[in-house]
This record gives sequence, structure tokens and C-alpha cells, in this order.
Amino acid sequence: MMLTDLTIAAARDGLRAKAFSAVELTMAHLHAIEALNPRLNAYITVSHARAVDRARAADAALAAGDACALTGIPLAIKDLFCTEGVRTTAASKILGPFVPPYESTVTANLLRDGAVFLGKANLDEFAMGSSNMTSAYGPVENPWKRRQDPNAVLVPGGSSGGSAAAVSARLAMGATGTDTGGSIRQPAAFCGIAGIKPTYGRCSRWGVVAFASSLDQPGPLARSVEDCAILLGSMAGHDPKDSTSANVPVPDFRAACRRGVKGLRIGVPREYRLDGTPDAIERLWRQGIGWLRDAGAEIVDVSLPHTKYGLPAYYIVAPAECSSNLARYDGVRFGARVAGGDLRELYERSRAEGFGAEVRRRVLIGTYVLSAGYYDAYYIRAQKVRTLILRDFTDAFATVDALVVPTAPSAAFAQGENMDDPIKMYLNDVFTIPASMAGVPGMSVPAGLDADGLPLGLQVIGRPFDEETVFAVSAAIEQAAGFTAVPALRAGG
Amino acid sequence: MAYTIEGSDGAWEVVVGLEVHAQVISNAKLFSGAPTAFGAAPNSQVSFVDAAFPGMLPVVNAACVAQAVRTGLGLNAHINLVSRFDRKNYFYADLPSGYQISQFEHPIVGTGAIEVELADGSTKTIGITRLHLEQDAGKLIHDQHPSKTLIDLNRSGVALMEIVSEPDIRSPEEAGAYVRKLRSILRYLGTCDGNMEEGSMRADVNVSVRRAGEAYRTRCEIKNVNSIRFVMQAVEAEAIRQVEVWESGGTVVQETRLFDSGRGITRPMRSKEDAQDYRYFPDPDLLPLVLDEDWVASLKAALPELPDARRTRFIQSYGLTLYDAGVLVAEKATADFFEKVCRGRDAKAAANWIAGDFFAAMNRQGRSIEDPPVTADALGGLLDLIADNTINGRIAKDVFEAMVATGKSAAAIVDEQGLRQVTDTGAIDIAVTRVLAANAANVALYQAGNTKLFGFFVGQAMKAMAGKGNPALINETLKRRLAEPRE
Repeated sequence: MMLTDLTIAAARDGLRAKAFSAVELTMAHLHAIEALNPRLNAYITVSHARAVDRARAADAALAAGDACALTGIPLAIKDLFCTEGVRTTAASKILGPFVPPYESTVTANLLRDGAVFLGKANLDEFAMGSSNMTSAYGPVENPWKRRQDPNAVLVPGGSSGGSAAAVSARLAMGATGTDTGGSIRQPAAFCGIAGIKPTYGRCSRWGVVAFASSLDQPGPLARSVEDCAILLGSMAGHDPKDSTSANVPVPDFRAACRRGVKGLRIGVPREYRLDGTPDAIERLWRQGIGWLRDAGAEIVDVSLPHTKYGLPAYYIVAPAECSSNLARYDGVRFGARVAGGDLRELYERSRAEGFGAEVRRRVLIGTYVLSAGYYDAYYIRAQKVRTLILRDFTDAFATVDALVVPTAPSAAFAQGENMDDPIKMYLNDVFTIPASMAGVPGMSVPAGLDADGLPLGLQVIGRPFDEETVFAVSAAIEQAAGFTAVPALRAGG
Repeated sequence: MAYTIEGSDGAWEVVVGLEVHAQVISNAKLFSGAPTAFGAAPNSQVSFVDAAFPGMLPVVNAACVAQAVRTGLGLNAHINLVSRFDRKNYFYADLPSGYQISQFEHPIVGTGAIEVELADGSTKTIGITRLHLEQDAGKLIHDQHPSKTLIDLNRSGVALMEIVSEPDIRSPEEAGAYVRKLRSILRYLGTCDGNMEEGSMRADVNVSVRRAGEAYRTRCEIKNVNSIRFVMQAVEAEAIRQVEVWESGGTVVQETRLFDSGRGITRPMRSKEDAQDYRYFPDPDLLPLVLDEDWVASLKAALPELPDARRTRFIQSYGLTLYDAGVLVAEKATADFFEKVCRGRDAKAAANWIAGDFFAAMNRQGRSIEDPPVTADALGGLLDLIADNTINGRIAKDVFEAMVATGKSAAAIVDEQGLRQVTDTGAIDIAVTRVLAANAANVALYQAGNTKLFGFFVGQAMKAMAGKGNPALINETLKRRLAEPRE
């Protein structure tokens, strides 16, 4: 077996058993990146020298017997996390050559636990997108191919598209992502890997370039549920620098993966059955329900009546917050500046030049919905809807322990598809947005393939701060699905 | 008599409401750990949060919250146990994040009231609408480079309290008295240093005029007035301008204006049509600010004595007049100075000295109570020499001026200059005898019934003794001698 095919759990064992060194493990990934990244464009920045230095330090720690949870594990970091001394772009031109003088809390936690950062993963600009097509650094190619049309270049989903593609193609063992309306779960599903959006407040947002503050939540992507649990265990934790970070203990997520689902009540919300959802997804969903029943769970029909309002409400709240959060990119203090005759012109030129079309669209929508005279009709109403969506989940979780639904309404689509109408693109997030709006944890787990041989994900949604049950149910699906398919483009493939 | 502006066809009442921005005394900024020292090198007091770097998040400084609550309590105001921070969005180069974190809909402090003292001895209650916490912006410096504007972010993120009054103020005097009283309370509380010249307190002045009995007419807001004198001048100038507009058949339009202190007029800054849409919304980076009732109660229990209470105590414990007590408590430092001087001494004498010669010397020299012309201990020493009859009151005035000039103690000056009071009755007798002999005509007039001349004889005798005679003994001797039958 190739080193790049190992799971994090297996690599940890291998490193401790001195089956291979951390430098060997890191070099294997750096070589894979060298070979495949020019095509996949999963990384914006590759930190070759830093990665090797960290791997050497990991080997020293392993030799000294003081290895931590992630010592020597090579990861990709979504380029939305500020990394000290390493350029951080948010996939936008407007940040220009910005090199943060600080390390985000989540990445600092990973470094504390010994992780090796291979580089910064591509994403939709400022995490706004569901296809990775809005990156100022170019689109990412999904390593999976349609059986019937292997020449079509598919999108990896978004916004954590680079992270998902890198992990799927074995250019990293795991990756950080951020999820605002589905940005971890949807690309995980499109790329046939696992990814969890934890409960809002579980991981610190400090040092993560903000998109929509009340929704943004960092989380891991990896090739197994257990690997995600290992990564989240390091990433999570209370951070006094983030006022919205929850002061709750971090449980043993990895242990929760082995709990099983016997006796759990799993809810199936009827509102997630949408007209036009491909048969393969409907079928997979039914199959997933069957696997859980067979594993000892009780299946319960539930209703989340306000589900259909989630998407429109999200596309008010998220742009509103982004219009304010992105005001700091004005060409004055850091990043790219386009000179103007006066201050206003400097702003207008820097922002017109620096932001891509999708970011501009959302800033404009957000500015509009916050304007005097529209605020009540849009923003306040959307917040009320949000309260109702949360109540839907709270009510459902009074009777069930977790929900199982599809992750996305389609498999990965091709570059160029869904590009004619922003609403079509937004609809990609229809199944992931409700959990985001409610702040509850959701995990996508690869569960099957469609007729084209493309991966499909099932999503497990849990109670706030009950990621353990989410991991338990996801692991049960993973085990039953026996998902062993691999992408066409992968290290050594 | 109420203050009015006399127009060409009748009197106009002036209606004023004030928004005072007071910089919170705290070691760190409202949402970052950066220090707040005044006068530090540009951009030396700036954290990445203050400069709005990517991914930076605000964390509210509990010390600033406590200061706001203490201020609210000092203004007899309602403390809102749940309040919220909102973003006020606008683009400007001194605002790195593109929004100011403020409290729009749910301020930390609700309605309250303070009492102000007016020159005629009356008092008036001015309502407080609200107090909220917000961030200050940075400072733009235009005069350091021919074509560039430089930005100093030291102030960026410093905590401000915006204290909004009800439109209860009816004259420039009341406006001045309100700001003065507010500043006094803030200084007593130690929540704002009130230094308007350093910009740590500034006022937006809302002015309208109306005929007696009318509803409010359109108001204008005069921004960033930075002294009490200018507040008073701005109220008057703006009221006169509005009266002229109305009386000439025009309409006052709601707008923001600036006070030009050089010319004593207000100038338009921007009209309502140009007003920014600030797109307020709750800051999603911050949770609602929830205060513990017991914590508020503990802050209340620990509040210092405030000016009104201190004035009452000065009247009751020291027997001061309402006026003197008012003068002494207006500034906490003055009241502290007084209490140091009067400890173990005649409080009324101490009050008179401070309100009289001491203030005169302080103003003459352009000094302040923090940098007084003589220290409290030195002034006490002078009072001691008067009390034990070492010097008389007249000599004491000279000694005081010598203390101001030389910085020496009263005792040293009295010794050096031989100013010790003469209580030797023999010496006084001789001086009185000389004075009576030299002024025989006046003695005759006096004895004929013109008793007003007594003061003349006292003055002459004191002069004969170079001012050092004990006034009581001189009086006594003169009375006795003048009562004797003429020889």
C-alpha cells in the first residue's frame, strides 16, 4: 500500500511503529502534489520547506517518544485560515500578498498536536461558492471522473473544494475546511470523502477570514469518519479570543465512532424529499436508512416544516454579514490597492478590481437587505425564519437522536454547469443550509456511487454539541456502505 | 425669567439636547487588549483587532462594561441587564473594519436624570435618555505630507460612552451647566477624565427653536463641540440663526452643522439627504451582553460619594453655604483639596480662602487644582498661623502672595519678614495715642456722634503698626480711648 493511501489512524500507528518516517510520509505527499496539483489546482500555496522542517521535528518527537495526536500527519489547510508567515489569500485578489503575522486558533491547535501543513488549499473566493469556480486562483478539478464522459472536468464542490480534492486525490491525509452553508459537507460528498461541520462554537473562528460570522464554522475533511474525529479532537476547544466559541469540554470523538447505533432513534425528515432529486440519491437515502435499521437503530419519520425557507433566509443572512465583514478590504491597510484620485475612488477601484463577481454580488445583496426601509422586511424576517428552523430541529431532537438526509441534491457537476444562474448554484446547498442556520452539527459520509460512478454522500445531523452521536451514526453508515471506490486522479493512480 | 431669543416679532424658546461622547478610563480598549495611553507615538497602541486584520475578532473588555454601568448608576439611570452590540457600517479611512461597533437598539443604560445648578441659585433636572458603549475611530493626519493623509490608529477601538440627554435644556447656560455637571459626575466616578481639550469628552449639540407652547420644530445637530464655552456659544449662535430663518419665511432643514469658534457661527456639514445609511445590525461576532444583577449591585455599593451628596455633606458637616459648597464640590479635585485643608481647622475659613485668594492666584497663574499655586498642606499652615493669632488676616493675605511667589511655607515667610502679629498692649496703646493725637479733628467729630469714623481710626492705627497689630486689641483699645472724655 502507498503511504498516501493510508488513513490518519493507520499512519499514526505506522509512524509510532517506525514503519516509515514522518519525512517519508510528508515527502510522499509533496511528490504527489508535485505530480497532480498542476492539474487539480487543489493547492494555492505549497509550503514545501516548512512541511519538511515540521516532518523532521515530528520524527524527532517520535524518536523521543513524545508524539502527540497528529505528530507527522500531513494536512492541507484551507486558504481561509490565517497561517503565520505563510501567505493567506482567501482565494481573492484583494488580499494580494498578505502574509498573516498570526496563526489561527484552529491551525495553532493542529500544530500543537504535531501536524505537518503541506500548503494552503484552494477555495471559492472568501468561501462564497459551491463549485470552487469563484477562486481568483482558478478552479479546482474534481479527481473523480464520469464513467461515460471521462473527459468532462467536474467541480469538487465548494467552498472547501481544494481541501476536498486534495484529500480525495491523496495529496493530503486530511484537511481543514470551513462550512457556512455546506462548504465542508457538499465538497466532501462531491469528492467521495467524509467531512463534518461541527456545532457552531465548537471550533474557534479566530484567525479564519470571515464570510458570515454567525454561520462560519471550521471543521475537518478526511477519508474516513474516524480520521475526521481525530482531526476534530485537535481542532476543537474553547477559545477566549472568539466570543462565540463555546466553553464546553471536547469529548473523545474517536471513541464515539465505535459506539454503534443500537437503540438510537434516527429521524427521517419528510421535507428533504424534493421534486427533481435524482433517483440515485433517493435510492441511496433509502439504503442508508435500511443500513441504520439493520444496525439496530429505530427509524422515525419527522417533520422540519420550515426547511423550505432555509435557503432564501440563508441568502439574506449570509450576504448581510459578508457585506459588513468584507468592508475591511478597502485597499488602505493591507492587501491589494488600486490608487484613485480621492479616498472614495481608491475604495471603489480597489474593491472593484479586488473582488470577483460572486463576492461583489453577495456584498451588493447584503448591502441591500440591510438598508434602511428593507432591513425589517429582509434581515429581521430572515432571522425570524432562522429561529423557526432552529425550533424545528429542537422539536425533532426531542424525539430522535440524529437525522439522516442526503448531503447534496446532485453528484459533482461539470465546470460550466449551473453557471448561468446563481440561484441554480445556490440550490446545491439546499440540504446543508438548514443545519447551518440552526448551528447544529452535520457530517457528510461517502455512501455510494451514482450511475456515472460519481460518489454520493449521506448527511447525519445531530443535536448541538453532540458530535459524538453524529460520528457514531456516520461510522455505522460508512461501515455498512463499505465505500472503497477511488477517484480516477490520485497519487500513484 | 426664562431664556428666550427675541426675534423681530416675538420671543422664541430654545430647545437643546446633548449627546456627549466620553472616553472611558480603562487600561485596554473596548474590544482588544491594546493599551489606551494618550499621547503615545502614532500606531504604537494598535492590536490586529484594532487594525481590522483578517480573521480578528472582538472580545468585550469587562472593565469598560463596569465603567459604563458605574456611570449609569451615577446618572441615576436604569441599567439594562441585557444589551447588545450592533455594527454601524460606513467607509472611512479612520475606520479600519468599515464598521463601528456600537449599541443601537439595546443600550447598556436606559433613562436617568441629573440635577444642574444655575447662576440664580435654582436647580433644574435634565433627563438622560440613554448611555451606550461604542468604539472610537482612528485619527487622520493631513499636515505631515504634501499629498498623503496619514492614519494613526491609537484611538481606534478605544471605549466611548455616548450619553444622550432628553431635549430638556432651554438655554446656553443650562447647556453649559449640564455638561459641567456631567463632567463632574464622570470625574467623581473615575469613568472619564473629562478633558475636552484632549478630546476625551466632546459634545454633539441638537438645537431647535419654537414659539411658547408649540411642538418641537426641526432641529440641527452641531457636531464635535470640544469645550463648554463653545457648547454655550454654539447653542446661542444656532438658535439665533434658526430664528432668523423662520422669521424670514424660511424653513430650518434637518442637517449636521459645525461650530466655527473663530467666527462664532455654525456652518452646514451635511444635510439629511446626504446622511449615510449605516445599515445597523447586531454584531454576529459578539453575544448579547448579559449582566449579573448581583454584580451591578456590587458596583452600586462601591460607588464613591458623588457631587450632590458631597455638597449636602459640606453644608451639614462644615456649615458651608449652599453656594460655597457648590463651588467646592463641582470638581472632585477641588473638594478633595478643601477637605485636606480644613481637616482639624475652621472649615468656613478654609472655604473662604480657597474660593477667594487661592482661586484668584490659580487663575492668575493659569494653574489648576492638580497643579495648585500652594499645596493644601501649605494653605493649612497659613490658616494655623491665623487661628493661633500669630498673624492677622490682613498680613495673611500678604503672606499668601509671598507663598505663591516663593513656594516657601507661611511660617518661614512670617519669620523672615517679621510679620508676627503685635499683641503687646503697651505697643498698641502707644500707636493709638499717636493716631488720636494726630487726628484730633476727627476724634471730635467721632465723639460728636459720627461713629462711622471708627474704621478710619482702625486703619490709621494698623498703618502705624505696619499692619501687624492684633485687630481685636486695636479695636478694643480704640473703643476704650475714644470713649474717654476729651481732655
